Amino acid sequence: MAVISTNQPGIKPQQYTSTQIATGVFCVALIFTLLQFTGLLPSWLHRLPESWIPPFAVWLDAAFNFIRTDLGLEKLTRWFAEGPLQFMLDTSANLLYGKKRWPGFEQIPWSAIAAAAAVLGYYLGGWRLAALAGGTFVWTALIGQWTIAMETMSVLVVAAPMAFVIGLGLGIAAWKYPWVDRAIKPILSVLQTLPFFTYLLPAVIFFKVGPTAGAVATIIYAIPPMILMTTLGLKKVSSEVVEAGKMSGCSRFQMLRHVYVPAARTEILVGVNQVIMLCLAMVVLTAFIGMPGLGAKLLAMMGSFKLGRSFEIGVTIVLLAVTLDRLSKAWVVKLPEHFEKGTPWWQRHKYLLAGVGAFVFFTILGQFVEWFAEIGRRQNFSQGKEIDTAIKTFLAFDLVQATTEKIRYVLNVWVLNPFRDFLLSIPTAGFILFVVAGALALGGRRSGIYAAVFFGLVALSGWWDRSVITLYSVISAVILATLIGLPIGILAARSEKWSQRVLLICDTAQTFPSFIYLIPAIMLFGITATSVVMSILIFAMVPLVRYTVEGLRGVPEEMNEAADMSGATRMQKLWNVQLPLALPTMAVGFNQAIMFAFFMVIIAAFIGTQDLGQELQKTLAGTDLGKNFVLGICVSLMALTFDMAIMTWADRKKRLLGL
Amino acid sequence: MNKFTTALATGVLAFAPMAAFAADSSDPIVIPIHNWSSQIVMSNVVGQIFEEMGNNVEYVTTDSQAVYESVRLGDVTLEMEVWEGAFGASFRAAMEKGGIVDVGDHNAVTREDWWYPMWTKDACPGLPSWEALNDCAEIFATAETGSKGRYLDGPVDWLKHGKERVEALDMNFEVINAGSAAALWAEIGAAEADKRPVVVFNWTPNFAEAVWPGEFVEFPEWVDGCDKDPAVGPNPNALYDCGNPADGYLKKAAWEGMEEKWPAAYAVLEKISFTNPQIAEMARLVDVDELEPDEAAAEWLEANQDVWKAWLN
Repeated sequence: MAVISTNQPGIKPQQYTSTQIATGVFCVALIFTLLQFTGLLPSWLHRLPESWIPPFAVWLDAAFNFIRTDLGLEKLTRWFAEGPLQFMLDTSANLLYGKKRWPGFEQIPWSAIAAAAAVLGYYLGGWRLAALAGGTFVWTALIGQWTIAMETMSVLVVAAPMAFVIGLGLGIAAWKYPWVDRAIKPILSVLQTLPFFTYLLPAVIFFKVGPTAGAVATIIYAIPPMILMTTLGLKKVSSEVVEAGKMSGCSRFQMLRHVYVPAARTEILVGVNQVIMLCLAMVVLTAFIGMPGLGAKLLAMMGSFKLGRSFEIGVTIVLLAVTLDRLSKAWVVKLPEHFEKGTPWWQRHKYLLAGVGAFVFFTILGQFVEWFAEIGRRQNFSQGKEIDTAIKTFLAFDLVQATTEKIRYVLNVWVLNPFRDFLLSIPTAGFILFVVAGALALGGRRSGIYAAVFFGLVALSGWWDRSVITLYSVISAVILATLIGLPIGILAARSEKWSQRVLLICDTAQTFPSFIYLIPAIMLFGITATSVVMSILIFAMVPLVRYTVEGLRGVPEEMNEAADMSGATRMQKLWNVQLPLALPTMAVGFNQAIMFAFFMVIIAAFIGTQDLGQELQKTLAGTDLGKNFVLGICVSLMALTFDMAIMTWADRKKRLLGL
Repeated sequence: MNKFTTALATGVLAFAPMAAFAADSSDPIVIPIHNWSSQIVMSNVVGQIFEEMGNNVEYVTTDSQAVYESVRLGDVTLEMEVWEGAFGASFRAAMEKGGIVDVGDHNAVTREDWWYPMWTKDACPGLPSWEALNDCAEIFATAETGSKGRYLDGPVDWLKHGKERVEALDMNFEVINAGSAAALWAEIGAAEADKRPVVVFNWTPNFAEAVWPGEFVEFPEWVDGCDKDPAVGPNPNALYDCGNPADGYLKKAAWEGMEEKWPAAYAVLEKISFTNPQIAEMARLVDVDELEPDEAAAEWLEANQDVWKAWLN
């Protein structure tokens, strides 16, 4: 960690390096903890006395009310939600599932949409994409979920483009003006780490419960990667291209429209892809605030313990996500086509014509043959009951019972519960110093100071024990996810074919609604810490595996060859060449895993926990907004501490490696 | 000024019965839908009655706790199922903040208490008495609770006081809180596979009765004051030493502006009252017969014309 001092040439020799300070802080923390165990530590260092805790909840409540009514923000957002946004949502709802609104059409037949999607798939990526795109919509219709899927889509077709436009605009502004960049970054970080239960009530109050609030929550959640990717892409535009634009006399707007944005196309489209994936990831959670369709149905199905049908809805969501993802990726790769001069119009637009043709054909067909317009409840092929039976039979096997019983016993009684009790036994002051030492060692002084301030605030919030329990679930799940995920990633990265397969599984695990994991987790492991950790684990493993595969596959070929030439064995190559080079990318994955875990640990309150999530769930009735904010901010602050330390470390390592 | 508002309020109150003849607004009446079947079907039944009267109706899915804030704001017009146990606290808090009105009770009683599925009785034949339950506590033990039995309570925000009761009655049980209703079902479903004895929090009317037959544990009978006065109940030194009241309310609530905006619909809402068997039947149509909620509602309306037509006049 001597890096810091080399970066700052003016440093005096007697100043300590971050590592030395970190070691010092660590020792103090250790002394505190040992004193506590021997009973010598003054009690105020162990836990803050109640009387020291400022009434944050009251202050936040007052601040919220001030912004809401005195500043008139509510009027503004209400106008937007009930005016333009409602209008757009109503229009798309009419077109997609025939809601009785302007322009008053009938529902578009499912076969027409499926056919048009297949033609689009063929245009972008040949037969395979055509089958995927067409097949997804055929599946949705046959399984009897067409209307609810279209209810979901009617919100997404409004939310995704809006997230794209706003994200692109903010991304351009952040690239153009550094102060915007500086202002946006912290806001984005906080937005990304605030737990969902904290968004829920403000969304309902400001944007009216229903599709409007659902759309807004989706947009907020989906914007950040769009902004980041846009800025990244614009920064990378090479100076030759810019020069060429200037030479041809472009105005400032023309430069942006015809030079910068096209040159940054790839990054911007990756942003689009991320927007789509995040929108679909929110389908179920936004059902709590009025998002109609698949998510709402899923919650209703789970409320009456219909696992089979919940599972089918999950499959539909994954299929939609994978289809849209593959289509948008194919669009990224597809280069603009150029035609010889004089090519007739119909030839240049033959796919467009084919798509419109298929659409019109099936729309008309739907008027005559009912089946092509709508598949009724009695005609669908839902296998809900059969899947239910299959799950129950599986659970009744003695082998399954015995195995899960053992895992549950070992994990709960020997590992998780003792670990939790140990973390809770560390005095608050010592705990904060341990975290600070870690942040110092990883991210340097700035990270250390932030860690001290952030965790200090958490201690002052008065929710220390619950925060520690939250942190304990996150840490346990991430450690387990690393133990399982890293080997999988390393093995998969060996061959192109396996990388592809594992990445597909990652996509599936990421978009498969997390709620569906909760039920099998409970059925296997009961309402215990094991279930909580297991459900977080599945979710947190995704980025770990993904970034490990991508990091290892991204190692420059020259490096691999150099290693082979010098006669390294496979293990030597992995340990001495590939892993060190892939480490910064893997650290990003590790960081993502922690962020995902913080996200999921709050959702796991639905299983039954004793952490911040459980308290947050209690505040949902809206009578205690201030407390809701305090709890949400606690989660956010802890997540941000980790985020900052790890990302600083990864950035520095990357620069050192020249990547 | 103050006098003026009072006068205005009295005026409005005086004319309220007459307002029933005024036409309802053509804006949609927004009915919230949660994640349990009886509420979904009942909301659809009421929605279809309103549509019959010529009103526009829209449904919106919401969280069952967060909905009270939306009712207060008028974004959601009414709420068909306010359970005393699960939502009483939220409802009362919303009433205090204003904007929501109580539109009367259903003719149904709700009961929420410790419950076990029938197969549990094979392992512990003395049930449903709570003393018998306590005697076979160890058959409810899990890996984490050691020799103590495990009782799975409802989510903490339902404020069921399971822990207090275990202490007050000196029971050999450990109380674990489930995070959601779905978690409770998952636990019962998992126990069903090998007919493992379980005792969990449950309530009636709900769908579980149709799927898993079972019984409530009989605790010392509820006496008024059992939650406030230690002297009441078998243990003279503790609160919560009785079972829950076996007749909790099930209320209807509405946005306070509903009466003015949709007077006719509000008048009908005041009369609407479902009974336990009717609610169970609605849940059954969806949970057992696998109808979609709107079809189930239509079927129920078709079969019970005499019930709901009476409310319209």
